[in-house]
Amino acid sequence: MNLLKQFGKYILMLSVVFSRPDRWRFFRKHTFLEIDQIGINSLPIVALMSTFMGAVIALQTASSMESPLLPDYTVGFITQSSTILEFSPTIISLILAGKVGSNVASEIGTKRVTEQIDALEIMGVNSLNFLVLPKITAALVFFPVLVIFSMALSMFGGWLALLVSNLTTTEIYILGIRSFFNPFHITYALTKTLVFGFLIVSISSFYGYYVKGGSLDVGKASTQAVVSSSVAILIANFILTQLMLLS
Amino acid sequence: MIEVKNLVKSFNGQKVLFDIDHVFEEGQVNLIIGQSGQGKSVLAKCIVGLYEADAGQILFDKRNFTDMDRTERSHIRQEIGMLFQGAALFDSMTVEQNIMFPLQMFTNMTKGEIQARADFCLDRVNLAGRNKLMPSECSGGMQKRVGIARAISMNPRYLFCDEPNSGLDPKTSIVIDKLIQDITKEYQITTVVITHDMNSVMEIGDHILFIHQGKKWWEGDRHSIINASNPEIESFVYASSFMKEIRTQLQKKAL
Repeated sequence: MNLLKQFGKYILMLSVVFSRPDRWRFFRKHTFLEIDQIGINSLPIVALMSTFMGAVIALQTASSMESPLLPDYTVGFITQSSTILEFSPTIISLILAGKVGSNVASEIGTKRVTEQIDALEIMGVNSLNFLVLPKITAALVFFPVLVIFSMALSMFGGWLALLVSNLTTTEIYILGIRSFFNPFHITYALTKTLVFGFLIVSISSFYGYYVKGGSLDVGKASTQAVVSSSVAILIANFILTQLMLLS
Repeated sequence: MIEVKNLVKSFNGQKVLFDIDHVFEEGQVNLIIGQSGQGKSVLAKCIVGLYEADAGQILFDKRNFTDMDRTERSHIRQEIGMLFQGAALFDSMTVEQNIMFPLQMFTNMTKGEIQARADFCLDRVNLAGRNKLMPSECSGGMQKRVGIARAISMNPRYLFCDEPNSGLDPKTSIVIDKLIQDITKEYQITTVVITHDMNSVMEIGDHILFIHQGKKWWEGDRHSIINASNPEIESFVYASSFMKEIRTQLQKKAL
């Protein structure tokens, strides 16, 4: 019952968020700031994670290739498909749920407990639209960029690991990367990314905006935001896979 | 002028405000006083619409705020300035940007006009030249003054101050009180101050509303509160031994 009530409150929040901004100039300015905060600042962690994960995927695949019936390019192919289908859109989104989600919830939550949101409301500003819409827009614009960046680095990491370990040649790896490439998988991955980005920022904003109490409660809201966003990502991942790959 | 008619507010089925009827006069410093937890802040938050009242009416110069939708309320709110207990300055903005924010948001003033207005407001609260400071670099008293500057930047018709002296030393409190009083008289605005600071009551209380157990218990001015024969008011006004001593001395002198 409580979950249903919370979901209703979340939907009502979104209906206020998606209204016309009071001033487009402020909206544009804040969106660029959020792209920097949410997107650009996440580049280092995404780069680090993607390179090492790509390397590990390639090494694990190579180590399991005992059958002589499997062609050499299989390592490249598996690195490509697991990166595009699951690792970059889903795992990176789960990592961003931790980094961005906690950041968004604590930022908005702090504004709530220090009465900055009340100050906005008193001035006549639609605080939800003012605070949350630029964040959602920034996530929708920049999360796909992060995921494409992650895909490229992951495959680069795989290549580097195989080359250093002397397990394959560049030509064979690239042949594997290009084998059975399905462009629809990119569409699928980016669609998932957009949905995950929206879920992370909107759910985290929800927990931050409706926090009550003091700094301790902001911390709790931040944790709840990360947990809920992660669960929402996993559920959405299942539904989108069913809808896009199997129907 | 703000009129409150039969205002009722409950939280989780528990009544916090009972049929409050009151008029906050224009050009006067109207105080809402009472002990902690009696409903002062809830009353103020209902008036400005941060809490929805369960029943009753709130009229801003005869305009019924309770019946308005979000857009109509937004227009009224642009006539309201509010100083929060913790100043509630936007922490990512400088002092100057805090004051400019409502002007940029709601007016079509040019950059130069906005700058001039921000400078004027800062000068009005004796903070000229402190434009580029961040809120975290300001003392508590300075933050309150910036809060007042931001509140008056839009030339409000109504000014709300939620415990403006909390956390301030007595001397700075008097500076803030005088500032609120001067601005009220100068611009003939309707000022509502929520406080439980007796110094403020005696310094600026033109019209006082005493709230007790969520009910309107007493109203009057700073002169009449001293002699009010109500036991709840007496225990509020003469809560400290120092005040009791003063009362005894005054009574002795009178005899």
